[in-house]
Parts: sequence; structure tokens; C-alpha cells
Amino acid sequence: MSATAAGLLQIALLLVLLAVVFKPLGDYMARVFTSTRHLAAERAFYRIVRVDPEADQRWSTYLLSALGFSAMSVLLLYAVLRLQDLLPLSLGFDGMPPALAFNTATSFVANTNWQSYAGESTLGYTAQMAGLTVQNFLSAAAGLAVAIALIRGLTRHRTDRLGNFWVDLTRGVVRILLPIAFLFALVLVAGGVVQNFTAPYEVTTLGGAVQSVLGGPVASQEVIKLLGTNGGGFFNVNSAHPFENPNALTNLLEIFLLLVIPVSLARTYGVMVKDKRQGYAVLAAMAVLWGAALVAVTAAEVNHPGTVPQAVGAATEGKEVRFDVWGSALFANSTTGTSTGAVNSMHASYTGAGGGVVMLNMMLGEVSPGGVGSGLYGMVVLAILAVFLAGLMVGRTPEYLGKKIGRYEISLVALYILAMPFALLIGAAIAASFDDTRASLLGDGPQGLSEILYAFASGANNNGSAFAGLTANTDYYNTALGLAMLIGRFTTIVLVLALAGALARQQPTPVTAGTLPTHRPLFVGLHSVTVIIVAGLTFFPALALGPIAVALA
Amino acid sequence: MNLTGLARQSWAGLRVLLLFTVLLGVVYPLAVTGVSQLAFGDQADGSLVSHDGEVVGSSLIGQPFDGDEWFHPRPSAAGDGYDTLASSGSNLGPESADLLAAVEERRAAVAELNGVDPADVPPDAVTASGSGLDPHISPAYAAIQADRVAEARGLDPAAVRELVDEHIQDRVLGFLGGERVNVLELNLALEDLDAS
Repeated sequence: MSATAAGLLQIALLLVLLAVVFKPLGDYMARVFTSTRHLAAERAFYRIVRVDPEADQRWSTYLLSALGFSAMSVLLLYAVLRLQDLLPLSLGFDGMPPALAFNTATSFVANTNWQSYAGESTLGYTAQMAGLTVQNFLSAAAGLAVAIALIRGLTRHRTDRLGNFWVDLTRGVVRILLPIAFLFALVLVAGGVVQNFTAPYEVTTLGGAVQSVLGGPVASQEVIKLLGTNGGGFFNVNSAHPFENPNALTNLLEIFLLLVIPVSLARTYGVMVKDKRQGYAVLAAMAVLWGAALVAVTAAEVNHPGTVPQAVGAATEGKEVRFDVWGSALFANSTTGTSTGAVNSMHASYTGAGGGVVMLNMMLGEVSPGGVGSGLYGMVVLAILAVFLAGLMVGRTPEYLGKKIGRYEISLVALYILAMPFALLIGAAIAASFDDTRASLLGDGPQGLSEILYAFASGANNNGSAFAGLTANTDYYNTALGLAMLIGRFTTIVLVLALAGALARQQPTPVTAGTLPTHRPLFVGLHSVTVIIVAGLTFFPALALGPIAVALA
Repeated sequence: MNLTGLARQSWAGLRVLLLFTVLLGVVYPLAVTGVSQLAFGDQADGSLVSHDGEVVGSSLIGQPFDGDEWFHPRPSAAGDGYDTLASSGSNLGPESADLLAAVEERRAAVAELNGVDPADVPPDAVTASGSGLDPHISPAYAAIQADRVAEARGLDPAAVRELVDEHIQDRVLGFLGGERVNVLELNLALEDLDAS
């Protein structure tokens, strides 16, 4: 079979798998968040932690719960990382220094999982499990909860109540993430991902060299790293490491896992707003963006333009033989289109065009299809912007799903759109301005600027992948990227919940002949174009100096 | 935003967080480990391979092989090469002059060592993998090494070439990933062939 035919079949199989689970998983998630019944285990959980699961929270209380919970998560994780030398199974590693611990703690709580450290030479097993694995679950569940609250804002009328953050968080973990993670962790182990508590030990290799055999609770973290669109690898090279991603089948499974919840949430959305066509419209916009980027990345990597790839005869630098170029490009496009940030190949060594497109995927705001929860709320915010733009063209007060988009609502949307570029461009501009911060670059000229842009695009969009030539473990990058991650994650959550509160207060507006239908192909086109135009206008100058200059070199 | 509200929610958040830490950070990974060790013990421990009764590494992790008597792996950016404590790609970009020079140097070296035309040196032989621990090479890279290995060991070149052919793994299910040869497994088989 030719490489092209095999590569296309691989994409087809991924799409079939996603199509098969789309309805059942989407419907199931809708039931989870609309059911009034608690499981016995959940009731016990609420009793132990003394929260009232029946309390229906205002948007401001829902927000305080989310922020308070995240703040505690940062503090606890920071403490675990700083003090890991006192924990069992620390493998003799020291506690992390302050700037690195701050960066890592914010990174995992903000669902970014940017890593300025290398796992195998920095962290013991307890810090990985009780620190990082926990936040892999909880940051994803928190994002999911916020998306569900926004849907309630759209479906509820004349109320100031959006549900209960603790219930949404707990159900997201107990009924969705944990069962899927447990099952697929075992599947990954069967495929070769390691899962043990053995400390690294040395063996003499066949050729007479000395090599350490590594271990650790890898599979249990690997699976939720992908399922929760987190992306923080157990080892430095993430899913390129054979112990995280041993073969082409686990590779496809990992791509499936990182897409499955963001994609199926479109169905959940359609079911919860009681108009499944709306869910399909959101799915279509996600698919258009993901598909177009996949064609671009794959075409670039397979045709391998550029000085080094042309000299080599293929874009194999930074890629593993077992995944091939097709399996690498498919992973790269999916991990940057969701806010996952796991990598199975080194994006810094991609062709200029391929590396530029995966960077653009992040700059779109992580909506193709985006992170767990964050992809859906990002898409809904952009749909509201698209409706607003259409309203301006015909001179009508815009509506979305029967809710008027007035001055207050569109102001929140505008702030949402501005928050991420603010964190990205300011952080990158500072980094590019000083000799000290430029000293961290591996590449020079446009490739060096790409390394900086990629890092802040990754941080501000909560992706977490890197052009890893950048030496990011310095006080400036650790602090600046930590702040970019916090701004990118939590200002948007504040704005989304405020928007949800404003929408829930309204009476529904009846649908008339003048209402713009938001489920038709015309709107899908408008929605997708809005995403691209917003990102294009914001980032084209920066992209022109970085990856576009590399591609044209 | 009111501070007492935030303090109260944070306190509740801490209680929720601590219980979840026990569930997700201790119980869950222990449960996965327990079932994994029972059901898939070999894989869970790292798919180890032995030679003469000694563990020599993992079939999933590439190893350094120097000397004419071995099949060589790809170039590696992990430490000094295949250092599992320093997994890494080169992260050099497509226009990097350093990478271009390294590629040309490797191609010349591989061509000379194996006595082939530089144009016949395949891409994986001159580029470092993403992990620095890639256990595989392309069938083409294995093929151009066969005669050199046979000569160094005094083996029949046809027998070594046959051994290479036996170790070519097709794409998974016929269409996933790349065709490849596991270097450690091939070299182990070579040792057995040499001993017999």
C-alpha cells in the first residue's frame, strides 16, 4: 500500500471512530449534566466535603467556586512540587525551585501543561501522581463545568441561577473522565505503555553500553493527559517517547482520546439547547477548521519544502519511524487544534508551513475543536460574535438561540476575544526585546521569533506544546508564561460565566422571519470565517515575521 | 466580587481537592497498576528483552550500537545518544545551517561505512528522531547495512539480508504508521545467527 493511501485510511479510521461515539457519548454527557439524581457515591462525597449539592448558584457564586477551587489547586500543587523531596517515591529528586514550581502549578491547573522541566530528570512518582495526574482530571472537569454553565445560560430564562459548580465538577470526574480513563489506561498498557512503581535501574545493553530502564505510573497519567486535553508528558519528549506511545495503534488511539470529548460536546450542546441542528452546526465549524489545517500540515510535511528537508529527502527530523510522517502530522494538527499540547514529533523541526499552521491552530483560540469544555465555550462566544456581525450588516438587534445580544453581552464577547492576544503578544514582545530573554533561543532570525511566538501562543491558549528549542526554564519565561496561562484561562472563564449570567436573566425572544438561522451552512461558513478573520487580523503581522518568513526562506 | 464569598468557596474547594487527590492521585493509579500488573505484566514493566539470561533493555527503546558488527540505529539527540534520562529531539528548524551540516556529514559517513552511493542513504539514517530513543529504522536503512555487518562477522551476506527481510514489520493493520525494523531485535537475532 502506498504511503498516501495508508495515511488517508488512517484519517478515515479516526473519523469513523469519532462518528461512532459522537451520539452516545454526547447524549450521555447531556444526561450527566441535566439529571437531578445523585449517585450514592456522589452523595457520600458531598457529605464528606460538606457541600450542598442542591444549591443552585448565581453566576457570581459559580465563578467564585471555580476560582476558589483553582486557587487552592495552584497552592497545593505548588507545595507538592516544592516539597517533593519529602514525599515517598521521590527517586531522590529535589523540590522544584520557586519560579519553576509556579510555572508548573499554574500550567497544570490552567489545563495548559506547558513544561519547563523534563519529567524523567525532575519529578518523582508521588509528585507525578498525587500532584499532576490529579490536576489532569480536575482542570478538564472545571473547563467542562464552565461550558455546561454557559449552555444553561442559553437555555434558562428569567433566572439568576446557573447550577452548582461542585456537582458539575464531581459528575464530570466521576461519571465521564474517570471511567473512560480507567478503561483506556488498561488498553494503553496492553499496547506497551508502562505502569509500575519501579525506580530507574541500569542495564548493560547488547552493544555493551549502559542504559537506564525507566518506569513509573505512566499509563494512568498518559490517558487523562489526552482525554482531558491536558498534554503534559510523563517524560520530556511526551508522546514521542516509546513508553508513552509505543506503536502506531496507540498513536491513533491517543489522537482519538484527545479529540473525543471536545467533538462529542457539540452533540451535548445540541441536546441541551433542544435543537440538535445547533450542535451539528458547531461541529461543522470545528470540522472545517480542523480539516483545512490537517490538509495544510500534511501537505507541507509530506512534500517537505525547505532547505534541510529537501537535502534530507523527507521531513523526518524530529519524527519517529513507527508513526511515519502522516501519523505525526495527524497528531500535530489534532493536539494544537484541541488545547492538548501533547506531541509525538518535534514541531520546531517541522517545515516552515507545517510549523506555521500548527501555531495558527492555537492562535485561532483553540476551537478546532478546542479543549474539554473550553473549545465549546470558545466556539459559542465566536458564534455570538458572528451573529453580531451579521446583525450589523442588516441593521437588526442580533439574537442567538432566542437571546438578544445587546451592548453588555457583546462587550463581554469583545473582552474575551482580546484577552488571549493581549497575553500572547505582550509576553512575546517583551521576550523578543531583550538580550537576556533572546539568549534562550536555539534558532536565529525568523526561526527564533517563531520559538518565542509559539511559546506564548501555547501559554495564552492553554495548549502547552512547544518549539522546544527554546530554553524556557528561566525566571522570565517561567513567570511570564505562567501569567499568560492564568490570563488565557481565567479571564476567559470570568467573562464566559458573566455572559452566561446575563443570558439566563433574559426572556426568550420569539423566532421570526427576520431571525438569522444559526444551524444552516451559511452560518457555519460565517462562523468559521469569523474565527479565521479574528485570528488573522490579530496575528498576521507576527506570523509574517516568524513562520511565514521561515516558509518563504 | 466579595472576599468572604471567595474565602468560603476556597475553603470548600480545598476540601473537595483533598478528597479528589486521594481518589485520583492515589486510589486510581494504584488500581490501574494492580490490574495492569496482573493482566499485562510484561508490557507494564517495559517490554524487557533478555540475552543469555541478562536483561539488556526494552524492545521499545532504542540503544546505541557502535562497531561494524552491529546494525546501527538513527542519529539521536538524547544526551550523548540514546540516553533514556535525557530524551530529546534536536529541535533544529528546517533552515538551520547546523542541521544541514550535520545531515551532510552523516550522509557521507553512512555512505562510506556501508560502501553505498550517498544518494542511496535513506532519510531516517541522517535525521534524529523526536524522542532520541527511536527503536526503529526504515527497511531501506537496514538493507544498506546488511553486507557490512555480514563482512564484519564473517557471515554469509545472503543469510544476513534474509534476516533483515524477516525483521521488516509492516504498517500496523496494514495502514497505520510506517514500515520499520526494530534494531535491537534484529541485532539479537544476528547474535543468535552468529552463535549457530
